[in-house]
Parts: sequence; C-alpha cells; structure tokens
Amino acid sequence: MNDLVATVVRGLGNGSIYALLALGFVIVYKSMRVISFAQPAFMMAGGVLVSHLVLQMNFFLAVVLALLLTGLLGVGVERVALRPMIGKPVFVIAIITLGVDVVIRTVVNSFIGVDIRQMGDPWGLKQLKVGSVTIDQRHLATLVTTLVVVAALFAFYRWSRTGLAMRAASSDQEVAQAQGVSVGGVFSLSWALAAMLAGLAGVFLSTGIGLEQNLWLTALKALPVIILGGLDSLGGAVVAGLSIGVVEALVGNYGGSVSPVFGGDFFLVVPYLLMLLVLLVRPYGLFGTREVERI
Amino acid sequence: MRGRPLLYTAYGQDMALLNTPGKRWWTLVLALAAITLPFMLEDDLLVVLATAFVAAIGAIGLNLVTGYAGQVSLGHAFFLAIGAYTAAALSGDPDSTRLIGFGITSLPIWLLAAGLVAGLAGLIVAPLAARLRGLYLAVVTLGLVFIGEHLFKHWRELTGGVGVGRPAAVPELFGLQFAVDGAFFTKAQKLYLLMFVLLVIFGVLARNLVRSRIGRALAAVRDRDLAAEVIGVDVTRYKMVAFAVSSFYAGVAGALLYVMIGFVEPGSFNLALSVQYIAMILVGGVATISGSVLGALFITLLPRVTRELPAVLPFVSSSSTAGGITVFQVEAILYGLLIIGFLIFEPRGLFGIWIRIRTYWKSWPFSH
Repeated sequence: MNDLVATVVRGLGNGSIYALLALGFVIVYKSMRVISFAQPAFMMAGGVLVSHLVLQMNFFLAVVLALLLTGLLGVGVERVALRPMIGKPVFVIAIITLGVDVVIRTVVNSFIGVDIRQMGDPWGLKQLKVGSVTIDQRHLATLVTTLVVVAALFAFYRWSRTGLAMRAASSDQEVAQAQGVSVGGVFSLSWALAAMLAGLAGVFLSTGIGLEQNLWLTALKALPVIILGGLDSLGGAVVAGLSIGVVEALVGNYGGSVSPVFGGDFFLVVPYLLMLLVLLVRPYGLFGTREVERI
Repeated sequence: MRGRPLLYTAYGQDMALLNTPGKRWWTLVLALAAITLPFMLEDDLLVVLATAFVAAIGAIGLNLVTGYAGQVSLGHAFFLAIGAYTAAALSGDPDSTRLIGFGITSLPIWLLAAGLVAGLAGLIVAPLAARLRGLYLAVVTLGLVFIGEHLFKHWRELTGGVGVGRPAAVPELFGLQFAVDGAFFTKAQKLYLLMFVLLVIFGVLARNLVRSRIGRALAAVRDRDLAAEVIGVDVTRYKMVAFAVSSFYAGVAGALLYVMIGFVEPGSFNLALSVQYIAMILVGGVATISGSVLGALFITLLPRVTRELPAVLPFVSSSSTAGGITVFQVEAILYGLLIIGFLIFEPRGLFGIWIRIRTYWKSWPFSH
C-alpha cells in the first residue's frame, strides 16, 4: 500500500511535467491551430539557462530569469519564423517548428556538453517521510508548482482582459481582429507562455537527476497527452498529463512482474498505446472540440 | 509540326509521360550522364550517390501520402524499419541460432516482400489514420515510430538487439553478387547502377500512378476531403491506397538503404529519420516526383559537403574534442535552417526554383 502511494505520487510528479508541457502545446494550438514541435527545444533551453545561472545566483532567482529569457526566445521565434506564415497550411507551419526545434536544440546542446549538468536546486534527491511513505521532495515541489501555475493560468484566461482577447482570437481570428484584438500580440504572448511553461518543465525535469542532452525526448511524451486530452482543451491537458504520469509510473512499477515479454522499459511506450486506444473511440480526444465540417 | 513544341494534335500527346521535346532530350541526357558517372567518380562518392537514390525511393513514397494525398505522416521511419527487417530476415542465414533467417538471397523476392509487408502494415494503420485529420494524424504516426522503436529494440531474434544489430539483406540477382568487388566492376559501381535502375523503375511507376485516376483522386482528397467525398471520391478508400502505396515504397527503400550500409541497427529508426524524409520532400518539392529525387540527393549529399567545411572555415572543427563548433552541429543547424528557409521563401522547394528558371527562359524577354 505504501509502495502504491509512493508510486502514485511519483507519477503525479512526472505527470505535472507532462501537464506543463502539454499546456504550452495547447496554448499555441488554441491561438494558431498549430502543434509547436519546438517545445522540446524550449524545455531544454529553460533547463540549460538555469544550470548556468545558478552558478551566479540563488536557484529561484535563476529560474525566474531563465523563464523570462526562454519566453523572450519564444517571442523571437514566433516573430522570425512563424509570423511570415500566417494563412499558410498548418502542416507547413508545424514542420517549420520542427526545423526551429532542430536549430535551437543543437545550439542548446553545445551548452550542455556530454556531461550531466547539475541544476543547483534546493531539493536534489532529498526525501520526505509522511507516515510510512517516502516521497521525493522534487516530485512534491513539481506537483505544487504546477497546480499553482495552472490555477494562475486559468484565472488569467478567465478574468483578465488579455485572457479574454486570447479566447476571442482562438474562437475566430478575423472577428477578434475586427473587435480590436491584436491577433499578432496574441500569437506573441501565446508563444511566450508556451516557451515559459516548457522551460519550467525543463527545470523540474532535470532537478535532482541533472540535465543531459537526451532529456528532450521526454517533451515528446506531452504529444500523446494533448491528443488524449484534446488539442484545444487546457483542462484536458492537465487531466491527461497527470493521468498519463500516474499510469506510466504504475506500469513501470508493477508492469514488469505481470508481463516480462514487453521488456522492462515497457512503460516508455504506454502513453502512445493509450493515445491510440483513446483515438479509436474518440478521434478528438477526451475533452477536445469536435470540428464541424462544412463545404 | 517542328518549332511548335506545345501543339498537341491528339489527347494522347498531352497525356504522355514526356510530353515535350525538351523533356525527352533532357531525360535522355540525364540518363546518359547518370550511367557514365560510375566510370568517372571515386567509389566513396558513388556510395553516397547510390544511398541518395535509395533515399529518393523512400522520399517518393512519403510524397505520395503527404504531398499528393495530404496525409501528414511522421511515421515513415517505422515503415522503413519494417522493410529493412523483412528483407534482412528473408535473406538471413537460416542456420543461425541467434537470428531469424530464411536464406532467400534473390533480390527481387526479398525486395518485393519488404515492400509488401510494409504496405500491409500501412493498410493496418490506414483505417485509424483515415478517421483522423491533420495534426492529430501527425502525432499518431509519430506514436508509431516510438512503438516501433520499442518493439525492434526488444525483438532480438529479428533485429539482433540494441548495439548489436544484424547484417542487411544480400543483394543477389540471378547469381550476380552486388555487394562484393567483381572482375570488371567494383562493389560501389555495381551498387550505384543497381540503385539507379531501381530508382528509375519506382520513379516511373509513381509518376504514372499520380497522373492517373488514382492520382487525381488523391489530390482531391488533399485539397478538400469533404468536397472530394461529395463529388464521388471514396475518401476512406483513397486514404488507404495512399498509405499502402507509400508504405510499400518505404519498405523497398528501407530494405535497400541498409544494403548500402550493410548493417541494420534497431536504434536508427527514430524520429530523426522521419524528419529527414520530411525535409527531403519539403526541400525538393511537395507533390512532385522529380522534386522528391532532388530533395533526397540534396539532403543525402549535405553531410558530405559539410565534412569539407573545416578545410575552408577555420572555426569549424571535425571532432568534438577540439574547440569551436563541430561539423555535426553545423550540419544539424543547416538542416533546420534549410527546412525553415525553404518553407518561408520557396514553398515549392528546389522544383519550384527550377520552375522559375524555366518560366524565365520561356517568357524571355518579357518578364510576365
């Protein structure tokens, strides 16, 4: 039982990282109708910035500064590579983000090098004992931070003027423009938000275990998450992110003893299998909006 | 009718594969040039070119499903893998206790089998793919790559396992061995000629497919699937056809690609390989067969060109231990920038540049 609780908490910790990444994907999708494949690059950028900045300053200060810089990078990418493509097919824009990802990630990797970079985080591999359950502090920190960020994000979307503008732009760009919403500004802001969320995910992903070049693959796990939750649902992203994290942790912990044929690292493909299963039943994910097609 | 090259007096002339004298002459010149090349170039360059021809077969396949039918697929690496392993297993040593092998080394048999098995896999995926649109489909095909990678890493009897791998298929045609040096031709020359002939065969087949009824149906599905359905195109069926044919080409390319390398490693069928093929069709030209070939040549020759950079640019180094940026980083960055640059500035790719040049000379001295 203790083992189960510990596994679930670990799953929630990893799941919140997926949720942060997925929120970034969903924010960009809501504003531009495009999946940004550049999220892994922003995630790595956030992580590497913190790992360099902590050498000079306090960890929390470093995180804030790194996130601002990552957000700036997101705005820059949107301005340079995405803005000229307005009105072009979404597939083309998505492939451009793939190119952006390759470029940024190569540059970021040269700052990581072949070794593992330490993040200088206050948690490290410290553990916490609640009753008889041992929990990694970093998982708790990730979960709590994610919940706070998600709450702030929902409040921003629900109550602020800018949030309203973003919702308006996502439901109909032309009408929003006619009502005085700067759609270009919404694009910039959504890329900044997405990049910052990815950066934050990168920081939490590499606390404790350290940052290395191969961690970018984790960011791709947010893809089954957004498909599962529905491409345009913020709530879906959070729910799906947390549940995929938990399912993955459970399979990782108990799956091996059930069916050794699948290999010990079967939990790595569980998100993708789950995604396929859900799509067989619901082609627009669990909470996604069903598109109505007209000629 | 001399001097009036675009005057057609029969419908058949308009629909011909090479419908202008210019096309006929240049095709002949290109074919002759391609056949004389192996006797003029060094062997290592021939190997790169032969690899590019194989990549072109794969790129044509991806262009059929993504360029012509508009079904975004990031899963090309998965189908390449199926082809490579089918061929490797069929021609593998039957006495081996470690690996599956059937000892059928005849090239036409394992090549067709590789294509058919991959095509079958495409057909299995297709019903799911036909229900999905746009980016949902892109992510699902991406999922295929990850599931496939996992499967190939663990199915050791088929793939040899991570880091070990297995030998690729043996290219043998009527007793003629391609992968060994012969009395008259070197290994590289033989493989070059073999791949060239295969590229021509598969290229012409694809060209004929896309200018037929099926090609027009695919284009209709791409442009607006709902409208296509209304005018009587069976959308689900043609999406399945697109996936099956594309996967067939991928399987063939996968089998041949590893003949060039001589070795199949399960870790190599990853997302990066899929993106490489996407880059080929985008750089070459979406929805053109000759564009796919151009793009495959361009992307495959790119590493060869960047490897010459350290001699020209002193700040680029060839190993990761020395300072400065390495050729691999330059290559990766170039690759990303090429994708971005082409899509922003020349969405029709290299083929589009060729069209511009041609139009310039056609309309000269008038600019429009």
